[in-house]
Amino acid sequence: MDQTQAPIYQALEEFRKMRVVPFDVPGHKRGRGNPELAKLLGETCVNMDVNSMKPLDNLCHPVSVIRQAEELAAEAFGAAHAFLMVGGTTSAVQSMVLSVVKRGEKIILPRNVHRSVMGALVLCGAIPVYVNPECDPRLGIPLGMKVSEVERAIRDNPDAKAVLVNNPTYYGICSDLRAIVALAHAHGMLCLADEAHGTHFYFHPDLPVSAMEAGADLASVSMHKSGGSLTQSSLLLTGPNVSPGHVRQIINLTQTTSASYLLLSSLDIARRNLALRGREEFGRVMELADYARKEINAIGGYYAFSKELCNGDSVYDFDVTKLSVNTLEVGLAGIEVYDLLRDEYDIQIEFGDLGNILAYLSIGDRPREVERLVSAMSEVRRRFGKSRAGLMDQEYIDPHVAVSPQDAFYAPSESLPLEETAGRVCSEFVMCYPPGIPILAPGETITPQILDYIRYAKDKGCSMTGPEDPDILHLNVLKGGA
Amino acid sequence: MDLWFSEAHSPDVKLSIRVDKQLYSAQSQFQRIDVFHSQEFGRFLTLDGYMMLTEKDEFIYHEMITHPALAVHPHVRDVLVIGAGDGGVIRELCRYPDIAHIDMVEIDPMVVEVCREYLPQTACTLDDPRVSIYYEDGLKFIRRKVDCYDLIIVDSTDPFGPGEGLFTREFYGNCSKALRADGIMVNQHESPFYAEDALACQRAHKRIVESFPIAKVYQAHIPTYPSGHWLFGFASKTYHPLRDLREEEWNARGLTCRYYTTTLHKGAFYIPAYVEELLKHVEAAD
Repeated sequence: MDQTQAPIYQALEEFRKMRVVPFDVPGHKRGRGNPELAKLLGETCVNMDVNSMKPLDNLCHPVSVIRQAEELAAEAFGAAHAFLMVGGTTSAVQSMVLSVVKRGEKIILPRNVHRSVMGALVLCGAIPVYVNPECDPRLGIPLGMKVSEVERAIRDNPDAKAVLVNNPTYYGICSDLRAIVALAHAHGMLCLADEAHGTHFYFHPDLPVSAMEAGADLASVSMHKSGGSLTQSSLLLTGPNVSPGHVRQIINLTQTTSASYLLLSSLDIARRNLALRGREEFGRVMELADYARKEINAIGGYYAFSKELCNGDSVYDFDVTKLSVNTLEVGLAGIEVYDLLRDEYDIQIEFGDLGNILAYLSIGDRPREVERLVSAMSEVRRRFGKSRAGLMDQEYIDPHVAVSPQDAFYAPSESLPLEETAGRVCSEFVMCYPPGIPILAPGETITPQILDYIRYAKDKGCSMTGPEDPDILHLNVLKGGA
Repeated sequence: MDLWFSEAHSPDVKLSIRVDKQLYSAQSQFQRIDVFHSQEFGRFLTLDGYMMLTEKDEFIYHEMITHPALAVHPHVRDVLVIGAGDGGVIRELCRYPDIAHIDMVEIDPMVVEVCREYLPQTACTLDDPRVSIYYEDGLKFIRRKVDCYDLIIVDSTDPFGPGEGLFTREFYGNCSKALRADGIMVNQHESPFYAEDALACQRAHKRIVESFPIAKVYQAHIPTYPSGHWLFGFASKTYHPLRDLREEEWNARGLTCRYYTTTLHKGAFYIPAYVEELLKHVEAAD
């Protein structure tokens, strides 16, 4: 296929030239009905915000330009089929999970999954079987899954339907995906990959293996993260063992029938850009990230980690485009550095947790911004650095699953003050966002250690989300427990 | 022939200079570089279409960004100049025999090359043995420097484009770290007049105030810069620009300038009420 083509984009351009009179939705009618919006977004943008129609195809049942765009995307990513998604990678992840498990069926997954995976389990009633990721004691971050741990989970749960893998984690850590795929397939299970942070893996040979190349069956790829498309646009990829018709039906259960052409065309153009220039562009990002790591490590205190973490198993590979930095030796929690960079230096990074920060580098970065980041981090250390004493670094807490996420979510519950919840079964999510990995998921037992963690994270200024009570002074727990 | 160079000073105002001929035009890794010749202003250099200097009025800028600090600090030996690829600041600094060493950090080697060829009026002392030229990002260069300069002159472009990093708090903080305890930083401080420039001016002042105990602003009239009213920042850990002015000592040096005098020095720090207001606003916020 010709990857220089961008069929959705080209169809929109054709459509614009026709000057078609709109007596359909959207009601702003090329922006005329909402001049303030048109001024904010610009004429090109509001002109492109149109509805599905014959010349522009329909995402729910693509037959022409959207279908061609999906075929081009599938080829570019080495997939049997690609679905353009407009509900964020959350919708891709949820469609992926809902396509392979249903009520009462088991899915094997690491506990440090994104909340969207847990949400899918609440929706479909599947039972999570957790493989505890190893935790790096120095960095306090969860690593990948050991192959032996996955094997044990498969042996203990031969009836499980699928194994889900983060490829990579938010911090850039990869499990041995090829081995896990082989293991899953050998036991008649499918292998799913959450590649929300791995779009670029498909376009550079020096990056970790991508899910499709490793033989995985489904992969959720966040094009809007490292791929350069608009926020909320994403891809769901499938391998040859998966029926695309079934996946399309699952997607259509929850996907909008008015898919935004801004998002669709951004996917189309981003795919073209990656197919044509991805290798060169990500090569540049890798160099920039290596340079930043070298400069940050030269400041002292900070530890910008990379491939030296690789141990052949729980850290099988590392995504070098991720600028993950441990801050504990500077005497500051990651979240404190995150806040200082924004409040004092006008620099917004991706996230800060208790011990680390992540600065997201992408195809849009230039050396001059990296210089600012490094200089600001150097200043943060000079002005605010202190001794490490008193910082909590253990991030990973072993969950105890008392009931399935769906049962817990829908069961009768009561709201209790945080300090009275130890020993009870939580019926809601608690997480720091970003990164959005649950500290507690519905159905898990609340322990004093978890409560300490929540208090500490709140105290350090983490933005906590999930519970019904936005201040997280109360938690919903299952009735009748204790 | 009716050939004009125009630069927008605000979205609704522009300054145009009749051009006799274009002498040079090229795109470097960082910016577009042009040199023109005009009847009124002689040769002039523009970067990305923004006026950097003209042969006719550059003396005002270069004298005013250099001499005030040297009339205050009693023994400037080591100087860092950031930006200044045209060499104008270096030319003024080289007039002081007691300056031992000048590090000049310019991000774009092509600017220096072009100025050496087309603007010898400013680039004339770039080969002085006391000058070391480094072609790198100023923000990176200064990160490694601690307690080693008496004077830092920030001769930056506008805070939109390659010069943006030189208007940040991390940069001023690093300057403070790189200066000795009695060091002075002087910076190109934009114009207070048009709204967008005023905002940049205000932001720069806020960040300098946060990084230095003494942070004052002084002014000059530069006909080819937006509004013609231009500001410079004087920041220091020790010296006050007026109370510590060493008028007699400086005059005893016998340097003749076309714009700067020690009398003007005193006047330059008395700024218009609206500018005082603009700056006080961010000083109070801190």
